[in-house]
Amino acid sequence: MFLEQLINGITLGSIYAIVALGFTLVFGVLGIINMAHGEIFMFGAFIGVIVTSTLGLPLWVAFAAAILVTVILGYLLERFALRPLRGKQGVSHLAPLISTIGVSILLENLSHHLFGAGNHPFSNAFAEIRFQIGSITIYAVQILIFVISIVLMMALSYWLSKTKAGKALRATAENLETASILGVNTKRIITLTVIIASAMGGIAGILVGMAFNSVNPQMGLSMGLKGLAIIILGGMGNVKGAMAGGLILGLSETLVVAYGDSGYRDAIAFIIIIIILLLRPQGLFGQKTAGAGRP
Amino acid sequence: MRKIVKQSFLLISVLLLVALAACGKSTETSGKDSAKDGGQAKGLKAKIGVITYLSGPGAAYGEAITSGFKLAQKEINAKGDVNIELVIEDSAGKQEQALAAAQKLMSDDDIVALLGPTLSTEMNVVGPEADLNGIPIMGTSTTAVGIPQIGDYVFRNSIPESLAIPASIKKAVDKYGAKKVAILYGNDDVFTKSGFDTMKKEAEKMGLDVLTIETFQKGQSDYNAQLTKIKGLNPDLILCSALYNEGAVIMDQARKMGINVPFVGGNGFNSPQVIDIAGKASEGLIVATPWFAEKDDPKVKDFVQKFEKEYGKKPDQFAAQAYDALYIYAEALKNAGEADRDAFRDALAEIKDLDGVLGKFSFDKEGDVVMDPTVLIIKDGKFQLFE
Repeated sequence: MFLEQLINGITLGSIYAIVALGFTLVFGVLGIINMAHGEIFMFGAFIGVIVTSTLGLPLWVAFAAAILVTVILGYLLERFALRPLRGKQGVSHLAPLISTIGVSILLENLSHHLFGAGNHPFSNAFAEIRFQIGSITIYAVQILIFVISIVLMMALSYWLSKTKAGKALRATAENLETASILGVNTKRIITLTVIIASAMGGIAGILVGMAFNSVNPQMGLSMGLKGLAIIILGGMGNVKGAMAGGLILGLSETLVVAYGDSGYRDAIAFIIIIIILLLRPQGLFGQKTAGAGRP
Repeated sequence: MRKIVKQSFLLISVLLLVALAACGKSTETSGKDSAKDGGQAKGLKAKIGVITYLSGPGAAYGEAITSGFKLAQKEINAKGDVNIELVIEDSAGKQEQALAAAQKLMSDDDIVALLGPTLSTEMNVVGPEADLNGIPIMGTSTTAVGIPQIGDYVFRNSIPESLAIPASIKKAVDKYGAKKVAILYGNDDVFTKSGFDTMKKEAEKMGLDVLTIETFQKGQSDYNAQLTKIKGLNPDLILCSALYNEGAVIMDQARKMGINVPFVGGNGFNSPQVIDIAGKASEGLIVATPWFAEKDDPKVKDFVQKFEKEYGKKPDQFAAQAYDALYIYAEALKNAGEADRDAFRDALAEIKDLDGVLGKFSFDKEGDVVMDPTVLIIKDGKFQLFE
């Protein structure tokens, strides 16, 4: 029973972590809270449903299609909702936040229209693979989710700290003007960041669809809000923080249900976040000085 | 100038006078007419007002309901015992419009009784007004608690959750010999919350051992934590007050986890969509419903066939409830013997064991439904009668 709940918590936490990774990337570089991230995640899940259930194609095609679609959505988001607002005189620093909220509403309504309001099942042979250890059932999807979240975290850390593009990204995060003077193509870096974050949202969408067998147009909102809480818990713009924060939230939510009262699930999970933030206001892995490059 | 004003004034007053006279005359004649017809036993003539949801997001309800009324009206008038005329008004699903429509209908003295409105929230404003004016009103789709308790003139023929849920729990407990149950419900929705209250009360009344009460929220996608906990407690039966959207996902995750006990759901869980979403995992869901189109009953088969011929689709719960409602009214009208609101109310309250497509129907002393709902179970990929 405890082990099963632990597996549930880690699965949920890993999903939160993947969603939060996308959030934290955009926040770290652009200083923008991308409220449309949850909806891009939801679109990824729907593409997965269409490719596997409706068209009957294999799972890797679903991943490829979801990444493709979310990359396009990410590009459009950056091109039309964020870029026109950047560097303009007199634009409030809240304007990008509002415009991403607008995009999120647009995407949610669009998916209502395209896919319908109800839950869609994600039927896939891979989602049925399981192992029985005693009375505990472990699904291959649960292991896959955990592995993907770890791999994504490590790849992102490596990419950010070791590669040239990653360094350019961090330079842009540090200071946009200076990086641009030093020869970094900041426009391209920013677009790249939003695209990578969106693709990660798409991957997370498919994983959630497989794990919980439920895809609906509203799923983006709650995931988005949790992702937001996690990046604040983990430390703004910090990759390891997003991972740790996701696992903490996922595990505490699950354990509250297992050993407490499910009615207080979210309340207790968020009280834990508040307590951690009171003790470490910069978040678990955040630096004392804001490293997000905002003045 | 003055002259023109004076003349037009005169003209207007004359017109008003004529209109007034016409009004008085028309009521008089229609009153006489009905008396005469009644005497000739050609069928007691009566006007019945209908308030229903015909425009807006829930217009499909109103359409189904009026289809049911019209089909019943045609059959009743063809029989000739009574002759019913329907005056249909749109409520648009809004309280204020429903009230305005009801007031308009009530002010027509020829209208004996009202049917509708569609939503319980609408009934909560229309009901007291009708009761005050002494006009009988019956909801055909209002399932919230406390509707017939509004007043002596307020009735309904739609089975409330508080009747449907105990029926399904009782049948499931009898069949499986269940002693331990777990309850799972959505705590952020009035409808699922009230379903839960009924489930809990009923489980306690039946002396069942409630192992745990778990909650979830609308749109949640991960129920594993709650279900793992339930699985560890090993219940004989899971009572789940959920709308079908969440409910279907819950069943899917439960079956995947290896929970194979039956689920008992409320009316919100009662939808063929559950089978579409959860597939094989939906097997073993037990719900109570007032209407089952596949029932092996000549009356039901006849109704389904006629309805399909007339409207080109299968009747749903709302059409069936409306259809039966008008038959109840016709019976009451026949028993009252005159198109009088008070006589009609008394006759309506007396209705007992009336056979309809929903089953045998009676009112209790408050004007609420006394009826055995049909209990269904999902088996072999479709809803079947649960015996």
